[in-house]
Amino acid sequence: MNHVSANGDVSQIVVRAAHLEKKIGEKEVLRDISLELGSHAALAVLGPNGAGKTTLLRILSGVWGPSSGELWRFNQLVKTEGRTDPRVGYLGHQSFLYPTLTAMENLTFYARLWGLPSPTVRAREMLQQVGLMWSQSDRVKTYSRGMLQRAAIARVLLPDPQLLLLDEPYTGLDVEAQLFLDRTLMAYREAGGSIVLITHNVHEALRISDAVTVLVRGKLVWWAPTKGWTPERLTSCYQQWLRGGNGHP
Amino acid sequence: MWVAMTAFVVMVVFLFAFALDTNRVRLASVFPGILWMSFLLAGMIGMSRTYAHEIPEDTLTGLVLAPGDRMAIFLAKLTSAFLFMAVMELLTTPLFFVFFSEPWNGEWILLGMTLALGGLGIVELATLLSAVSVNLKSAEMVFMLLLFPLEIPVLITTVEATTAILSNPVGNPWLWLHGLLAYDAIFLALPLLLYEYLWEV
Repeated sequence: MNHVSANGDVSQIVVRAAHLEKKIGEKEVLRDISLELGSHAALAVLGPNGAGKTTLLRILSGVWGPSSGELWRFNQLVKTEGRTDPRVGYLGHQSFLYPTLTAMENLTFYARLWGLPSPTVRAREMLQQVGLMWSQSDRVKTYSRGMLQRAAIARVLLPDPQLLLLDEPYTGLDVEAQLFLDRTLMAYREAGGSIVLITHNVHEALRISDAVTVLVRGKLVWWAPTKGWTPERLTSCYQQWLRGGNGHP
Repeated sequence: MWVAMTAFVVMVVFLFAFALDTNRVRLASVFPGILWMSFLLAGMIGMSRTYAHEIPEDTLTGLVLAPGDRMAIFLAKLTSAFLFMAVMELLTTPLFFVFFSEPWNGEWILLGMTLALGGLGIVELATLLSAVSVNLKSAEMVFMLLLFPLEIPVLITTVEATTAILSNPVGNPWLWLHGLLAYDAIFLALPLLLYEYLWEV
């Protein structure tokens, strides 16, 4: 079992996956996925397109259930058909925001959906935190990619989750938006949150996470703590896996 | 949604009211058929888009992530679709009577029950098929292809029940209403069994 924890703290396991498999139709998308993520820890998942990264995140979030294997979150076994948890925040490829509603309306809607007290106040707080108060009354469909991502982050942080699942969150962001996301994730980790980050970028992986793993054809083929790794060395190692180098399954 | 549905039905009412020659066609015999065919087509127009606006930003996943049973999403969609259908039926049914000069026998409760059960039958299946086809490439085509044949029992039972209610003297619509009730019960139970699996289609 591959384990990642901050400062060697193994007392609190946020996510524990044991031999997870996922079949969609006849296709085996995930094979024998086992991992553990402690509280305050961050794991980066690298992998080529179609490796099953998004499927892994959808299963960890509870949107989908695994075909076999066990998934534990916060020491609770997740049912086989999948079950979401208010302590888990999932940022997907899309924002999950209604384009024809304003950012304020979207966040208030989600705050109500999550049953949060004072939804409007909470929505305003989150918009302030992500720096979108100035455009709170604009429809989301008028937002740029960076603004949309900020609004999506506000949505994810709305219920104050303890685990963030991020699917390529830096894609399409300009430098300023990337710095904003960096600051947000660092602050989130300092506040005690755990992160699973999907990325193609080794710099992002090293900056954010405590450990990095490589997913190829539905299987975790390599795992290492990020401490002591340089971007160049990690890139070279990652490329070896992509090319099907030594030890390739 | 209900505006588009109502506008469509009003258009059908006008079209048939002017197109049918009352000297040659006995309106009472075609009235229930035209009424329910226009309701079914209006339902198709409205319901095919039930899940479509969840697609661009994957808001359906956003809804799934919220606490609570996923079935609540389907039931909420079904309830809103039924309310749209009911509003449309309430607004347009009197128009049919006016434009087709259909005499009224006064069985309001039976006609109201037929409209409610028939409307429910149409939206139950349409909401389920909309959910099934939402992630498919040819979503609208699959929706249309499956909806028509599967709605045939609703069309037959509602048309026969309406014919019985509007005939003079009033016939017995209960056989058809029981059939409609059974159809509604089946297509309410079916999504409850299938819905967990639909997310991964």
